[in-house]
Amino acid sequence: MMEKMILGRYLPADSVVHRMDPRAKLLFIFGFVLIVFLANNFFTYALLGVFTLIVILLARVKIQFLIAGLKPVIIIILFTFFLHVFFTKEGDILAQIGFLSIYKGGVIKGIFIALRFFLLILVTSLLTLTTPPISVTDGIESLFGPLKKVKVPVHELALMMSISLRFIPTLLDETDKIMKAQMARGADFTSGSLSNRVKAVIPLLVPLFVSAFKRAEELAVAMEARGYKGGEGRTKYRLLAWHMRDTLALLFLIGLAAALFALRS
Amino acid sequence: MDIKLREVEYRYAAGTPFERLAITEVSFDIPSGGYTAIIGHTGSGKSTVLQHLNVLLKPLKGEIQIGSRTIAAGRKEKNLKEIRRRVGIVFQFPEHQLFEETVEKDICFGPVNFGVSEGEAKERAREALALVGLPEHVLERSPFDLSGGQMRRVAVAGVLAMQPEVLVLDEPTAGLDPRGRHDMMEMFASLQKEKGMTCVLVTHSMEDAARYADRIVMMHKGRVYKTGTPCEIFSDGPDLTAIGLDVPETVRFQRLFEEKLGRPLGHLCLTPEELAREISRLRGES
Repeated sequence: MMEKMILGRYLPADSVVHRMDPRAKLLFIFGFVLIVFLANNFFTYALLGVFTLIVILLARVKIQFLIAGLKPVIIIILFTFFLHVFFTKEGDILAQIGFLSIYKGGVIKGIFIALRFFLLILVTSLLTLTTPPISVTDGIESLFGPLKKVKVPVHELALMMSISLRFIPTLLDETDKIMKAQMARGADFTSGSLSNRVKAVIPLLVPLFVSAFKRAEELAVAMEARGYKGGEGRTKYRLLAWHMRDTLALLFLIGLAAALFALRS
Repeated sequence: MDIKLREVEYRYAAGTPFERLAITEVSFDIPSGGYTAIIGHTGSGKSTVLQHLNVLLKPLKGEIQIGSRTIAAGRKEKNLKEIRRRVGIVFQFPEHQLFEETVEKDICFGPVNFGVSEGEAKERAREALALVGLPEHVLERSPFDLSGGQMRRVAVAGVLAMQPEVLVLDEPTAGLDPRGRHDMMEMFASLQKEKGMTCVLVTHSMEDAARYADRIVMMHKGRVYKTGTPCEIFSDGPDLTAIGLDVPETVRFQRLFEEKLGRPLGHLCLTPEELAREISRLRGES
């Protein structure tokens, strides 16, 4: 059941987007998240849509992967859509069902907000689909590097992040294993009343915590045994390299922002 | 209770981009009251097969007969608890599944889930603890205060207390000391011999397979490579090495001995004791 999770998984492949510097990708995503909010009419959303499509095509990620990644968030998107449809009172009334009335402005706003979510999730999931987690943390560490001057423990934070990313699949595997072991002993996680189901989680959570703590301790000992003592004077095996294409990507994004400014109403 | 697998196929993450074939065209029988060993290289699909035996995984193709129930691909199955009560599985490193405050409560978890009364469950906990060779005062202790080996025994007791008809064991002795290993394997063997419990053992140890099993299923790359009695399986050494396994030490010794002797012994010996008897008989002859 855990194996169906797609969101946030890296898919090795070779494309322009895969080869981009993770720092460029992070800056790009950050910029994109900001300028998505500039869009407020048909033309600007169309432009954003086309832009996103181009990025997806460049990344050579199969559409089915993206759709699978969208599945868990589709409910949230639908929820916000209907929230706007039912509670925005702008423009002409389109339909009236009992005390609920649907306005034209509400439908348009609902579509726009849903679209905004949709585009944001598509582009951010492209980041994790095309970048190995270790590169993401390398990129973050490098981008926040200047903060080391003001005594922010950037290296330690990046390390914490990469360790937690590294152990997500391990924990999911572990959950699956313990779940099966308890099911073999007659535990039932999928039926019964709510309070029964909450109680049913205890045989799952206790072993999971025990093994997570044990694993953390073992990891700490293993790191110290190999002489780890923090970021001071540490050199890197994987060096990040900024290429022309990274600069181009960011220029491309600035161009998009300018176009959005020009077209928005 | 017989278990029959027919053309079983299973894929992990089926229908997603991460789909991976685990087992295919797997057919074999587990006769009631017998001791079946499943051997194979790491990743040969042993553990996937094992999880089908109590329907933790449902086949994507083919069917499994468990007693009078048939689990076929593509059907919704309800009421699997009855199967899980009758087929108990001891997973690899079962000590990871302990969670209760006391050993007694943990052992009772299975029986109580299957509808056994509390008094009866406690009685069973006492019996099961004795079977795995732990003293009774352990019942009141926290399972997390025990040593690794003791935790393993408690976890095994938790499955035994369900009083399953079929006991499925996935590398039950991995990581135990030689003495603990021997005791536990002997305990399973006596359950099979004396109480007629059906045993299924997944193992890397050819020695254990040779000593205890009466039927061996060899798995290779998600398929059943060969099935037979230990004698049949272990008489063909090159076939075993071809798929990354080996003959038991006893058989290797016998082969070398026969080479020195210049002629074969009467039959294939599967345990050191048997081989020793055979060799000393030879001395008596000459």
